Amino acid sequence: MAAPRAPLHLVAPRWNAGTRGIRGLSRAAAPEGNQKKGRSLLQFLADRFYDVQALREYLLRKQAWKMHQKNRPFTYIRERYGPYAAGAYFILKLGGAVKFQGKEWIRSNARGHFSLDFLKLQTVPVEAVDASGCAVNYQGLDSLLALKELQVLWLQRCPHVDDWCLSRLHPLASSLQELSLAGCPKISERGLACLHHLQNLRKLDISDLPAVSNPGLTQILVEEMLPDCKVVGADWARGLKVGQEEQYQDITSPIPA
Amino acid sequence: MLRTASWPRWGRTLLARGLGSRRGGSAPDQNGKVSEIKKKIQSVLPGGAWNPLYDTSYLPPEHSDVVIVGGGVIGLSVAYWLKRLEKPRGAIRVLVVERDHTYSRASTVLSVGGIRQQFSVPENIQLSLFSIEFLRNINEYLAVVDDPPLDIQFNPSGYLLLASEKGAALMESNVKVQRQEGAKVCLMSPEQLRNKFPWINTEGVALASYGMEHEGWFDPWCLLQGLRRKVQSMGVLFCHGEVTRFISSSNHMETRSGEEVTLKRIHEVHVKVDHSLEYQPVECAIVINAAGAWSGQIAQLAGIGKGPPGTLQGTKLPVEPRKRYVYVWHCPQGPGLETPFVIDPSGVYFRREGLGNNYLGGCSPTEEEEPDPGNLEVDHDFFQDKVWPSLAQRVPAFETLKARSSWAGYYDYNTFDQNGVVGPHPLVINMYFATGFSGHGLQQAPAVGRAVAEMVLQGHFQTIDLSPFLFSRFYLGEKVQEHNIV
Repeated sequence: MAAPRAPLHLVAPRWNAGTRGIRGLSRAAAPEGNQKKGRSLLQFLADRFYDVQALREYLLRKQAWKMHQKNRPFTYIRERYGPYAAGAYFILKLGGAVKFQGKEWIRSNARGHFSLDFLKLQTVPVEAVDASGCAVNYQGLDSLLALKELQVLWLQRCPHVDDWCLSRLHPLASSLQELSLAGCPKISERGLACLHHLQNLRKLDISDLPAVSNPGLTQILVEEMLPDCKVVGADWARGLKVGQEEQYQDITSPIPA
Repeated sequence: MLRTASWPRWGRTLLARGLGSRRGGSAPDQNGKVSEIKKKIQSVLPGGAWNPLYDTSYLPPEHSDVVIVGGGVIGLSVAYWLKRLEKPRGAIRVLVVERDHTYSRASTVLSVGGIRQQFSVPENIQLSLFSIEFLRNINEYLAVVDDPPLDIQFNPSGYLLLASEKGAALMESNVKVQRQEGAKVCLMSPEQLRNKFPWINTEGVALASYGMEHEGWFDPWCLLQGLRRKVQSMGVLFCHGEVTRFISSSNHMETRSGEEVTLKRIHEVHVKVDHSLEYQPVECAIVINAAGAWSGQIAQLAGIGKGPPGTLQGTKLPVEPRKRYVYVWHCPQGPGLETPFVIDPSGVYFRREGLGNNYLGGCSPTEEEEPDPGNLEVDHDFFQDKVWPSLAQRVPAFETLKARSSWAGYYDYNTFDQNGVVGPHPLVINMYFATGFSGHGLQQAPAVGRAVAEMVLQGHFQTIDLSPFLFSRFYLGEKVQEHNIV
């Protein structure tokens, strides 16, 4: 085996910080305690003026609304050009890439523009989607699930892909062969458990998921669940390191017998 | 001269009063003056225990538009939807009265936390579908500025209901209803079942229904805390106490056919403070009975069921506490990560708990061997005699299981038809019910809260029509038959 490497980090550590916050709350932590930490001026103002409070609530709602807008389905394109074009348009609009069967990858340029030539390929199915880093959420998966012949789906570092989304992938079970979830900050072992629907899966990348509590154990359990599938997890390097340390201790420790 | 001397004193008392009122009525005791004044007053009025400067911050307010009895997940959900659907902001004042703020005996936190759509009554399926949508978007519904997002730890593993030959036809028709309502449920033959879950013994199974989406289990405590946090930020008042008495007035009226009807209206709720004899009458317009397993007692306090049997006055709220055990066991050879929430035809259920081959499950006892609901002690023989044999028969790997721990909780069991009671009482006109869900209250709470809030604010159901769940069905004898009660 190769020398132990530092674990491959696809994600900047700020995601880790965010998810720790998410996980920390679910246990018995009292909500009052959290409020007292790190009070800012804005919080001070929000506590004392209803206007500021209302404004902040409005901004919070607007954030969620923006997410909805980004993920709304393109009904017009779907009716006019069919589900494949609509799915491709949706992904390209979010900044991802698509590959129609027998064609090249289509990607948007640095400014977010892309050519609309693919709208002519109405009957050609989409076989691969690269939605890495896109703001796809549960609602946006509607457009992806209409792509019945999808074989490869990359959802690396998608900040809004969570366990609920994974539970929705079962309509793609007959076609999907490769799935990458590496670096998604919201995916935990609970969502991975429902990937057993995807029986045709050949390759699954679950490396670097910060919300998974026991990455090594989870990988073993996922491998057991999907016996025909090659499961990639970044955790092999960490596991190797622990093993070597134990070996080292064994050698140094005096043998009683 | 006199004026200048009196000025500072005025200023100081005003300041002291201002401080006191801002702290919500707590006694400003920092500059021994107050206690001095108290002593003076006591010397002027000897013998009397009259204490004008008295800390009453722990008492509930004297007036509240809506009093919700029970601060479990249903009560909080009603409070949430009342505050959310009210038209001008802060229009109604809502008070939640909870007896046990540690929730040590509350059904919410002692439940297994499952959510499913595999019911037979369309209303139950709709309630569950609404709730799953709520849970999915929980961070939009229950978002509080500056607080971290909630993680309700939803396990989307689905429910697997098994049916024997006798129940297969019923299951088929149920699944048809579920699909019509929009649930993603598929039917499986024993052969398919063996392929998908090789650890299951399909002996005696004729058909299985499996929820593909929207089903699983979650952390009830997190939902409760999230609701509590949100509701508090919306200005709902909380009170730690017990409702002991309702003050109501009666109105004799006559129907068009000449029948005499006595309509009651609750004016005051007496809230007794914990560990004390002190109580506070709270004037209110509407009382919501969300006391879960104890809602039958609350209804009795309001005079529901006091009357000749067979009449509407004499119809009791048929909700009583029933004790249910949950056992946790460990089984290294047990089913893996894909394990759904399995419900056997015998009534035994189990699910995976965490990753370490731990499972939890239980079974509802029959009507004859119902345990005494007075305490929450666990009967371990019940596991040995009733639960384990069925488990081992269904999943052969469970023959070598090792019981780890157990707990007991209450069902708010509706003895009439095991379904919820929602909406106003026909005679006690300002008491609304949100209770009696017989074990699926947690999963339907978000939707039930909305339905009750609509009933209170609009006078009719808007989102989901729950009119089959009204109280009058107990008098009319119309049972809502739900076949999938576990």
